[in-house]
Amino acid sequence: MMAEGAAHTALHHALRGPRPIRTRLVLTVAGFGALAVATCVLAPLVGSSSINLRRALDSSIPFAANVDAQILFIARLPRVLAGALVGAALASSGVVFQALLRNPLATPFTLGVSAGASLGAMLVIILGGTIAVGPWSPVPLASLAGAGLAAAIVYALANGPRRVMSTTVLLLAGVTLNAFFSALIVFVQYLADFASVYRATRWLMGDLDVGGFAPILAALPLVAVAALIFMRLPAALNLMGVDPDSASSRGVDVVRAQRWAFFSASLATSAAVALAGPIGFIGIVVPHLVRLLVGVDHRIVLPASALFGASFLVLCDLLARTLLAPVEIPVGVVTAIIGGPFFLWLLVRDA
Amino acid sequence: MASSSSTYLVAHEVSYAYPRRGRSGTAHAVDGVSLAVPRGSFTGLLGPNGCGKTTLLKLMAGVLRPESGTVTLEGRVLADMPRRTAARHLAVVPQDTHPAFDYTSLEIVLMGRHPHLRPTQLEGPGDLAIAYESLEATGTLHLATRPFTSLSGGERQRVVIASALAQQPDILLLDEPTASLDLGYQLEVASLLRRLSRDRNVTMVMATHDLNLAASMCDALALLRGGRLLRHGPTSEVLTTGTVRELYDVEADVHFHQAAGHLTVTPVRRVG
Repeated sequence: MMAEGAAHTALHHALRGPRPIRTRLVLTVAGFGALAVATCVLAPLVGSSSINLRRALDSSIPFAANVDAQILFIARLPRVLAGALVGAALASSGVVFQALLRNPLATPFTLGVSAGASLGAMLVIILGGTIAVGPWSPVPLASLAGAGLAAAIVYALANGPRRVMSTTVLLLAGVTLNAFFSALIVFVQYLADFASVYRATRWLMGDLDVGGFAPILAALPLVAVAALIFMRLPAALNLMGVDPDSASSRGVDVVRAQRWAFFSASLATSAAVALAGPIGFIGIVVPHLVRLLVGVDHRIVLPASALFGASFLVLCDLLARTLLAPVEIPVGVVTAIIGGPFFLWLLVRDA
Repeated sequence: MASSSSTYLVAHEVSYAYPRRGRSGTAHAVDGVSLAVPRGSFTGLLGPNGCGKTTLLKLMAGVLRPESGTVTLEGRVLADMPRRTAARHLAVVPQDTHPAFDYTSLEIVLMGRHPHLRPTQLEGPGDLAIAYESLEATGTLHLATRPFTSLSGGERQRVVIASALAQQPDILLLDEPTASLDLGYQLEVASLLRRLSRDRNVTMVMATHDLNLAASMCDALALLRGGRLLRHGPTSEVLTTGTVRELYDVEADVHFHQAAGHLTVTPVRRVG
C-alpha cells in the first residue's frame, strides 16, 4: 500500500471517499473520458515521420497529393481508433470475467476464447481461405468462428444439469481448452511452410495496423452490443463478487446474470481478437490500475476500465510505433513488457 | 397465532436433491419437509452435519427452488415471485462471506438496497441513510470506510447482518451466524439478533449447531435428520435429553439454568 505514492493515494481518497456514488461516477467518467479523448486526438499526430497538421487538414490540397493527410487519415487514425476499440473491449471484458469467475487474476483470455480465435486465424493463414462475409475478411472471420467455438464448448461444459454455471468448471475448462488449442496451433504451424508460419506468428503478437476503417466498422457493432449488455451488469457483478448465494438472496437472478456476463464478455473479446489478434495483459493491467485509483465498485470500475483501456492501448501502440522507429515493435510485446512485471507485482502484493 | 402461522412463511412438503453429474440416483438433502414459521417468531433449525439445515434455509429463502412441494410467503408461492420482490421480504445471513474484491463495509451494506432499486438505478440519499442506520444498529458505523476483508470475524458478521438489515426484510434467515466466532463475538451477535427480533419484530429462522444458543434465543425449534423433519414445536418441549440423543446420538444433560434463564445442554457421551 505504501508503494502507491502520495499523489496516487490522494487521488484515491478524493475519488473513493464517502462521496455519493453519482458524484464518483461522474468524476471518474469525466476524468478517464477526457484522458481517452486527449489520447485519441494527440496520438495520430505523433509518429516516426512528423506531419504538418495545418497541411494535413487543408482541404484545398487534393487528398492524392497531400502526403500529410494520407499519413494522418490512412496510416495513423484507423490504427488509433482500432487501439481505442480493442483496448476498451479487452479491459471491460476483463472486469466482467474477473467478477464472473470471482477471481481478480482472470483475464479475457482465461476461458480459451483467444486460443480458439487464434486457432481459427492460424488455419486460414496457413491453409488459406477465401470466405468473406460482408465487411469481414477471411482471417478475422475464422478467428471469430474459433472464438465462438471455444466459448460454446466452455459454456456447454460449465452449465450444470440444473442450469447453475459452475465457476470452477468454467476455469478448469478454460485452462484445458487453452492448452488444447495451443497444441493444435503448434501442430498446424509444424505442418506449414516458413512464410505462412511467419505470418501466423506475427498475427499472434497482435497488430493494430488493421489497414483502414472497414475492419473497425465490422468489429464495432459486436463491441457495441456487448457494451449495451455491460451497462446492465454492474450491480449484479458487485453482488456476485461478494457471494453468489447472497447475491441471489439480495434479488439477483444469478444464473441469468452469469449467462449475460459470459456472453457479452466473450463477444467483446472475440471481436477485439478478430480485429487485432490476441493482445495480452490489457484485460488485467487496466482493471487493476483502475481499482487502485477508484475502488472496486463495478458500476464505476467497468466504465472507467473501458475508457482507460482505450487510452492505455493507444499509448502502448504509440510506444510500439515510435520507440525503435523506424522499426516497429509488435504492440503485444509492449503490453506484455509493461503488463508482465505489473502482474507479478500484483501477485506478490496480494500474497 | 394459529391463523398467522398458516399464512406466513410456510414450507409445504418440500424436497430437494443436489444435482450430481454422471450419477444416477440422488439422495435428497431435504425430503418432504413441512414447516410453518409464524410472524415475529424466532425458529431454530437443529440437526447433525448434512441433515439439510442449510438446504432448507436456502429453499425457504427462495435461493433454491424445491423439486417438489412449495414454499409460500403470505400465501404466495416463492418460486413464482421475481427474485427482487422476494428479496424485499427475505434476507439471508450466510455463515461466512468471502468477497472476491476489496469492498468497503459501507459498499457491502449498500448492496442490501439492491432489491429496492431498478437494475441501473444508483442508490440515493435515502438508501445511504438506511445503510448508515443499519451500520449503527449493528454497532459497525465506525467500520463504514474500512475494507471488509480487513475486519475481524465478528466485525464481518455484524457488517453482513447490517447488509441484510439494509434490505429491510420482514424475515431474516441465518445460517450458523455465530459458528466462526469466538465466545465474546458469539454473545455479541446473539444479543444483536435478539434485539432485532424484539425491537423490529423481524421474524428469524436460524440454522445452528449450538444447542445452548438455540435454547437461549429460539421460541420454537425444528429438528432435522437425514433431510426429514423429526419434530417441530416450542423450545421447552422439543429440547430434551431424548431428542438430543435422537438427533446426535449423544447422551446429554438438559436442564433449566436459573442464572441464564433458559435451558442448557451439556453433552455427556456419544451413544449408539
